[in-house]
Amino acid sequence: MSGEISGEIEDLLRALAPQVLGTLVRSHGQFEACEDAVQEALLAASVQWPEQGVPSRPAGWLVTVAGRRLTDHWRSEAARRERELTVSMEPLPDDDPSRHLDDTLRLLFLCCHPKLSAPSQVALTLRAVGGLTTHQIAHAFLVPEATMAQRISRAKQTIKGTGFPDGPERLPAVLQVLYLIFNEGYTATSGPELQRVELAAEAIRLAREVHRLLPDDGEVAGLLALMLLTDARRATRSADGVLVPLAEQDRSLWDRARIEEGVALVSGTLPKAPAGPYLLQATIAAIHDEAPSTEETDWAEVLVLYKILDRTAPNPMVTLNRAIATAMVHGPVEGLALLATLDGDKRVAGHYRLDAVRGHLLDLAGEHEQAREHYRRAARLTLSLPEREYLLRRASR
Amino acid sequence: MKYLLIMQVNPEILDALSEDERKLVMDGHGEFMKTVQDSGEFILTQALADPANSTVVTGTGGTPAVTDGPFIEAKEHMGGFYLIDCENKERAIEIAKLIPDTRVKGLSIEIRPVMFSYGADL
Repeated sequence: MSGEISGEIEDLLRALAPQVLGTLVRSHGQFEACEDAVQEALLAASVQWPEQGVPSRPAGWLVTVAGRRLTDHWRSEAARRERELTVSMEPLPDDDPSRHLDDTLRLLFLCCHPKLSAPSQVALTLRAVGGLTTHQIAHAFLVPEATMAQRISRAKQTIKGTGFPDGPERLPAVLQVLYLIFNEGYTATSGPELQRVELAAEAIRLAREVHRLLPDDGEVAGLLALMLLTDARRATRSADGVLVPLAEQDRSLWDRARIEEGVALVSGTLPKAPAGPYLLQATIAAIHDEAPSTEETDWAEVLVLYKILDRTAPNPMVTLNRAIATAMVHGPVEGLALLATLDGDKRVAGHYRLDAVRGHLLDLAGEHEQAREHYRRAARLTLSLPEREYLLRRASR
Repeated sequence: MKYLLIMQVNPEILDALSEDERKLVMDGHGEFMKTVQDSGEFILTQALADPANSTVVTGTGGTPAVTDGPFIEAKEHMGGFYLIDCENKERAIEIAKLIPDTRVKGLSIEIRPVMFSYGADL
């Protein structure tokens, strides 16, 4: 899909991509060949539809065209296969929404196969379910197209013949992949932004889709809410290439629509689903998003939530955030004491966040000279340019 | 995540290798490149000429000074690099271990994360 086709057609094509692929894979198996055929059909549609108009049954059109490509492909391979295919390629029912929904989920499970590395899961998901071209994915991740093409091709080889998984046990992997895509888009700092596919928006779109398919799953709702509530602050997150911390962001510029949607999801889900890590993080994000300022934030509630999170899903990054909340509720000395428990922890050793948070808490405690030293250390350790500039400025404040 | 795998070269060690040993290293690089290309992690590689061919332009506060040869005679220098894109640091270390230099005593690969990328291919 080139940049020239209208946004509307591109949106439609990308929404239909997993349905069409799902239909083909269920009829024929062979994910790899089907995926190539669907990409070709999408390409054909992106050329023909703007000129000839969108067909009355767009999904059916794509299934037919992709099916024909598949036949061509197999014809050149073996005559026996072709005979089988012509039989199974009889008209396929076009619009049975419930079945398509199912197919999209199964495709996601397949793309997040445990034999694949995270970057491969991400790439395959964006192509097979997101309907993006290899070129777009490569561009979004700032790698050459050849690298991305090879990664996708290897991923397809790896899962060849594994068939459509049924079980929902891969849902956590799917959510992790969507969150990876979101974070890549949210924190991306390199390269020109022009013409890059918005990865954060794409992750939200896919999460919405999964939420529509599994409306009762608390973690799915939680992840979608977390993305919306985080993305709501995007416009204020940095200025002139320098990171702006939460306390200094202009909250009047936050995206109200995103916040309302996220808050509604959180409050609708909390009473009826167990509080998993995504839902807990979303709840914390909602508290921040709804607070008029850092001072007026309900830090006591934030602290309670971080304590639950630290107990149910222990992780040094959670402890770091808990230390900040502790400092806001009980003072910086207690926050620093909690932080000290991470000193021997190999998982955060040498991570810039440990020094950045320590600098912040030392500042709050009035130990500015020590704080500067930790800010400088954090500035050397971070892998983000806007973050480094912010930390250097804190160090010289 | 992108990493630059920097080949730190010590000329004394390279000079002491036999022809067969040098060939093994060269062939190993070919094999290595094929492996990371196949996995979809390879971006780019460059081998650099000996620093004897370098020219250094140094800021002086006024007109920059231009001098031939490396700035300081170091025992080791950057002989070249691989730019890769892989899942995390652990995987980058795994990949670095596949570079034949790591089988020669005294040669090393330095792994540095990339902070900013821009280029014609990206």
